[in-house]
Amino acid sequence: MNKNWWKILATVLVLYSIIAGFLFHVPAKPILNETIRNIHFHVPMWFAMIVMLTVSFIYSIRYLNSANENDDLMAVESANVGIIFGILGLVTGAVWAKYTWGEAWSNDPKQNSAAIALLVYLAYLVLRNSLEEEQKRGKISAVYNIFAFPIMVVLLFILPRMTDSLHPGNGGNPGFNTQDMAPELRPVFYPAVLGWILVSTWITTIRYRIRKVENRENLIN
Amino acid sequence: MDLLNQVKFLIRKEIMLEWRSKYALNGILLYVVSTVFVCYLAFREITSPPTWNALFWIIMLFASVNAITKSFIQESRGRQLYYYTITSAQAIIISKIIYNIFLMLLLSAIALGFYTLVFKNLLGDPLFYFFAVLLGSISFASVFTMISGIASKANNAGGLMAILSFPVIIPLLVVLIKLSKNAMDGLDRSVSYDEIGVLIAINIIVITTSLLLFPYLWKD
Repeated sequence: MNKNWWKILATVLVLYSIIAGFLFHVPAKPILNETIRNIHFHVPMWFAMIVMLTVSFIYSIRYLNSANENDDLMAVESANVGIIFGILGLVTGAVWAKYTWGEAWSNDPKQNSAAIALLVYLAYLVLRNSLEEEQKRGKISAVYNIFAFPIMVVLLFILPRMTDSLHPGNGGNPGFNTQDMAPELRPVFYPAVLGWILVSTWITTIRYRIRKVENRENLIN
Repeated sequence: MDLLNQVKFLIRKEIMLEWRSKYALNGILLYVVSTVFVCYLAFREITSPPTWNALFWIIMLFASVNAITKSFIQESRGRQLYYYTITSAQAIIISKIIYNIFLMLLLSAIALGFYTLVFKNLLGDPLFYFFAVLLGSISFASVFTMISGIASKANNAGGLMAILSFPVIIPLLVVLIKLSKNAMDGLDRSVSYDEIGVLIAINIIVITTSLLLFPYLWKD
């Protein structure tokens, strides 16, 4: 029980954010209107993705120093979960964009950057598949992971800020960012972010343990 | 032998190896020239500046992937083991990056020359455009050298090279295209300082991570 408190917290927070996200009062902004509720679902996906990819980066560094197989497993599983959340983020964003921007894909710099970041991590998985020997696979894919991560940071955090984006809060759109997010949204938004980050961590630990059990079985047989 | 001397010797070795066979150099130059010519026959003329710019960078992208893929594959495992015993890993990666920068500078100068010869020249600020191209070739060299090192360790290095390098090079390419477009439109040079700064920053990050990571790759 003591160890599981954060899993309960994650469930409670996510359930709360879903119920509150749909039912609570939201400010009526031009263009956005009720679609503003998407902030409680779309943005936490990116937070979860970035946290998971950072975890993957850290475990890749650890693997290079320790050559411990478990670190490699953790790196690949957190990358997997990060990719899933990235895809969810793209999909929730595209559905929302269809209603507010008129097109599911509008050549927005943030949209493009997110898609490219996913390509980097899909390439990481392809690289892993092309290597047979486990230690070599771990080492080489860790090198690629560490090499790609700083470039992904530039891609996600610096390049979109150099051009105008259609995203709310950028380029004179009505909207919100950390400074001017409407106060009514905050009590739901921050718990949602925390909840989804915890859920992604939970999924990663489960996947990691499954992989460890599988490895042990392979070893015995 | 200290690092500087090792790097100098290794670069000289690369150039000498290249000069003896001339196979890679001639091959890649022919590749660029024929690609430009194929594009010329397909397009005939390009009147819109964005297309002109985009086509040039696409040609450069494929040419540089082709040029740099070989940098780790062409040498046999036995010879690599020999280098491993006598030099440090840092010296190897620095020398490869520097050699590839030379190669890319040559390649891009020839590509740009031939491209402007065949297609009508639309450049507003040719000198600054040339500077953007030079900066681009340095960026390509620094990113692709490390990726080709990674790809060379896997089976099917050629195919993997494109998959691994394209997503990584796209951010650089986006900035490069913007920078060169500014130069093309003949905008004031001070407009582009942001882009130049980002490019230099990314290059520094890439080269430092390469230096840190290559020893792990090389030890194998």
